[in-house]
Parts: sequence; C-alpha cells; structure tokens
Amino acid sequence: MSGFQNWLEYLNDRQELIQELTIEHAILVIQVMVAAIALSVLLGILVHRVEVLSNIALSITSIFITIPSLALFTLFIPIVGIGKRPAQIALFMYALLPILRNTVTGLNGVNPAVEESAKGMGMSSTQRLLKVKLPLAWPVILTGIRVSTLLITGIAAIATLVGAGGLGDLIQAGFSRLGLPGAYEPLWTGVIFTVLLALTFDLMYLVLRRFTTPSGIR
Amino acid sequence: MTDPMPHTGSPETDDMLDDVSIEDDLRPTDPDTPEPMIQLDGVSKTYPGSDIPAVDALTLDVPKGEILILVGPSGCGKSTTLRLINRMIEPTGGRIIFDGRDVTRVNADELRRHIGYVIQQIGLFPHRTIAENVGTVPKMLGWDKAKISARVDELLEVTGLDPSIFRDRYPKELSGGQAQRVGVARALGADPPVLLMDEPFGAIDPITRDRLQNEFLRLQDELQKTIVFVTHDIDEAIKMGDRIAILRDRSQVAQLDTPQRILSLPIDDFVADFIGSGAALKGLNFERVRDLDLADYPVARSDIGHAKAVEMLREAHQRWLLLLDEQERPLRWLNEPALDRTDRPITETGLPVTATVEPNATLHDTLEAMLNSSTGCAIVTDERGRYQGVVEIEVLNAAITRMRHEARDHYEELGLDHSSAPPHVSAPSGNGR
Repeated sequence: MSGFQNWLEYLNDRQELIQELTIEHAILVIQVMVAAIALSVLLGILVHRVEVLSNIALSITSIFITIPSLALFTLFIPIVGIGKRPAQIALFMYALLPILRNTVTGLNGVNPAVEESAKGMGMSSTQRLLKVKLPLAWPVILTGIRVSTLLITGIAAIATLVGAGGLGDLIQAGFSRLGLPGAYEPLWTGVIFTVLLALTFDLMYLVLRRFTTPSGIR
Repeated sequence: MTDPMPHTGSPETDDMLDDVSIEDDLRPTDPDTPEPMIQLDGVSKTYPGSDIPAVDALTLDVPKGEILILVGPSGCGKSTTLRLINRMIEPTGGRIIFDGRDVTRVNADELRRHIGYVIQQIGLFPHRTIAENVGTVPKMLGWDKAKISARVDELLEVTGLDPSIFRDRYPKELSGGQAQRVGVARALGADPPVLLMDEPFGAIDPITRDRLQNEFLRLQDELQKTIVFVTHDIDEAIKMGDRIAILRDRSQVAQLDTPQRILSLPIDDFVADFIGSGAALKGLNFERVRDLDLADYPVARSDIGHAKAVEMLREAHQRWLLLLDEQERPLRWLNEPALDRTDRPITETGLPVTATVEPNATLHDTLEAMLNSSTGCAIVTDERGRYQGVVEIEVLNAAITRMRHEARDHYEELGLDHSSAPPHVSAPSGNGR
C-alpha cells in the first residue's frame, strides 16, 4: 500500500499546484462552453426549420469532431501562437456538435399541433420561439450541453501540449518521467482530478435541469 | 381529379381593395338575413409550383351567430379554406372581410388574437398550466392579472371544468375530452366574435364526442359566436350546423343550405352520394310530431260494450278502434275479429298499445315507434299520457314529400334571385329523389 501512501503524500505536498491547475482547467472548459453554447444554440435556431441548412451545419461540426485532437490543438499555433488561444479554439470546435444537434432535434421535436395552436392564437414567430419552442426543447438542448461539457473536460487535458495549462500538465509531467520513480503520482492525480471535475460539472447540470425544466414536461 | 381547364384567380378582385365598395357590394339585400360576420370574396389559394388551385375563388358569407359547417371528402380543401380565414395560410387571391372590415392585408398575428381557433390535436402548451393555457390570448392582449384570472375561472366553468381542480394542472394530466374542453376554453379566451374549428371532436371517442357536441351547442346558444366548423362527418355536420356547405374539389361549394334542405333535396349526385343512404331518414330528425296532421281514429272508453264498439268501427270506416282508460290513456287496439270474440272482456281482446310518442318527438323517433307497433301506427299522447291522435306511415310519407317540396320551392325562388343564389342552385336538377 506504499504506492497509495506515496500518492496521498504527493497530494498533500502539491495541494496548491493541483488546486491551481484544476481551476485553470475548469476555467478553460467554462470559457469554451459559454462561447459554444451561444453559437450552437443560435445556429440551431437559425437552421432548424430548413433541412438542407441543418444538414450542412451538422456535417461541418461533425467533421470538426473527427479531427484527431492532437492535430487540432497544434493546427492553430501558426496563426495564434501557443498558450490558451489554440486550446480554446480547438475545444470550441469540439463542443459545437452535441449542442447543435440537440438544439435542432429539440426544436423540431416540438409537437406541430402545439406550434399550430400557438400561431393560431396570434403568437408572433419570436413569441412562439421564446415562449413555446425553446422551453419545450430546453431539456433536450441541456442534454447536448451536458454531453459537450463532459467531452471537452476530458479533451482539455491535451491543452497542456500547446502550453494552455490545466490538469494535463500533471499527466504530461508523469508521462515524461515514465519508468522513473514518482511518475505515477502526477499521472494519476491528473486523471482523477479531471474525472472529478467532469463529475462536478455533471452534477451541476443535473441540478440545473431540475430547476429549469417546466414542471408540465418534467 | 385534374381539372382540364385550370382557372387562375379572377384578376379583378385584386383591384377592388378600397373599403368603401364593401358597403355597397357585399351587404346582403335580403333584410331577413343577419349581417354577415365573415365574408370570403373570391378567396383563392394556389400553392407555389402548382397550377391547380387548392381553393378556387371561394365566395361565402357567414352571418353573425351562425354555425357554418364545411364538409366534404378528404382533400377537398375544407381545412385549407378554414386556415385561409384566419390567414394561417395566406390567400393568393380574393378578400377576407370581418364585420365589414377588409382583413386580407392586416397584421395576421394581430388578427388571429381576435379569432378563436380549435384544432383536432388541440395543441395545448404542455409546459403551462391549464390556467396559463386558457389565459394565453388575454395575456398577449395585455389584460391585468386579476381580470385574466377571473376570465379563466369563468371559461373553465362554462366548459364544464371545475376551476379549483383544473386551474393548476398540466395538460398531461387531462383526458382527451377534458383537453378538448380546455382547447375550447382557450379559444374563447379573449371572447372573440368568431371561432374556427377544425374537426374539433374528431379524435374523441363516440360517447364523449356526443356529449361534447351537445354541451357545445348549449354553450353556443348562450354565446352566439360566429363559427366555421370543419368536419368530414356528415352526421356531425347535420347535428352541429345551422347551415352546411358541402365542398367538392378545390373547395367548390356543391351545396350550401340548412341541414334539413340539403337532406330533403340534394342538389346533385355528388351531394347525394356524400350524404349517403338514409338522407330521408336523417331528415326526419328535423320535423316534430306536433307539426303533423294527426289521423282520426274511433276511440272508446273501456266501459263500451262489444256491440257498440263494432258499430262505431263500422261507422268510422276504420280497421281499428282505440280503447282508452278513464284518464283517456290509450289501452288497446280493437278490430272486428277481436270484437267478435264476445267471450273475452273488451279490455283483454285485440292488441296492446306499444307505440306512443309525445308531440315534441321527432319524426325519426316516431318512425321507430311505428316499426315497433303492432298496428303500424304510432299513438300521440300528451305529457300526461292522454290520447291526442294517431300518426300513420302515410303522414310521414307526406311530411317527407312536403319537406322536399319546400326545399324545391325555396331553390326555385332563389333561382330567380341570382344575386344570393349559391352556385349550382339556379338550375335545380329535378333528379327525382
């Protein structure tokens, strides 16, 4: 059990660093998510009525998600240099698809009779969107946001390679010392804290979902 | 189905948009007809990419307080027509006039807030409570909270839902019938003068549908809304309609009239086919016994002797004599062979009375009674069961013939007056039905 004790010791010694990196990681994810939610939901609203446009938007964001992450992170270095920026761009591109897909699905999943009656009562298209369609599609959209967040929380560990920091730093530190004593402590710490961070986000979404879903459709 | 000579919407209708002309052109000349609430003037809809209009130059007036039924085979454009009225579908030609005001070009959302709209699938907002659903239009119109709340309670009550139970429920907690009541309550939200209903009771089980129809008719008696109601069910049309417009392809009016007259005299084979068999039978629902000439039968009290009874029967030249009790209630039918059997008391001979109807019974019920009767005629009694007269099958026959004649006379009269005659009516086809 000495390995586990070593690890606890490591945690104790590096408390401050771990905390710092976790916060850095979380901030990276949050920044990216805010931008990705704004763009994807807006884009989803714009394209959901026209099948061709929806398909184009979904295809493009699907292509983003298939680009190997190692490549995507480094792809932007020539343009924006190293540091936070290339990581943010890459993560942003990964985050789009789940949100966009669920926004389109959610909005198109609203019962046509509900839309018809809303229109028949004289609701304008903006009122129909804001007061009927978005509230009804919200649980589906939120699920997309949740999936997206989990996805990029994991991928953000690669950000260390372009100098964006985060918990990837610990994984990288362990990786570079592989075979030497003290390699596994930072490696495990990086992995475990990334997972814990993802679980924390997930829990927050559960709570958010509970409080933002209208009770009639809960 | 395809029209060999597709028409385009008449071009002159677009040029007649000045409001002034409405007053002169479209007001009915007949002083008996109430003012029209809805006027469709050559309204057409041709979908892009199609040469054949879905609705072809439809002209139709709906007087205030009337239920007009649009009925026709599927694909005839009846729903499209309804949706043109509140501009859910924008017409490509013609004018829509509400209460004398041309609304063909006004803001459609604004217009719809003043027209109730009920659809078969109801479309309640699942994320809002029943109260919020019913209060949707008043809220949009900026009513204050207390007024909306009072209105919601009032509407739930008139549609037969207890506000204290249903206000705060969600649509998912309602049965189909309850949801449809909420749908009607919501359509009545801001007390619109006009209601458009697209097969509102189509998806409801027959028993609940019948109840909702009856309740709705009772409600309409109070509210006196102008209603356009789409259905594919001719029986529902006959039951609900003040007038029925039977539509054929491209929303062409095949016949537009009261249910009674349509049943009495289908104007052509299309209408006759659509009504189907039993039109005469259905027509019997519109006449009541009290309007008939009752046949006179010899009647006698039960204390009459056999010999006296036979004598009465011979004098009256009838086959049957009706025996009454002390309260003048019919007891038994007696004929000569029965009276010849003097061994039996007079109250036990002959045939029992099985078919009696009250004066306000429909002829349909009367016919039913006759078919069950031992003598082939129905006895009419007043509310205390006292004998009033007898209905014979010939009288029903005469009633049907009379209705048919009345309808034909009506059409011939209309035929002279071309301005108000619906299409196909000016030349009544005496198809002998």
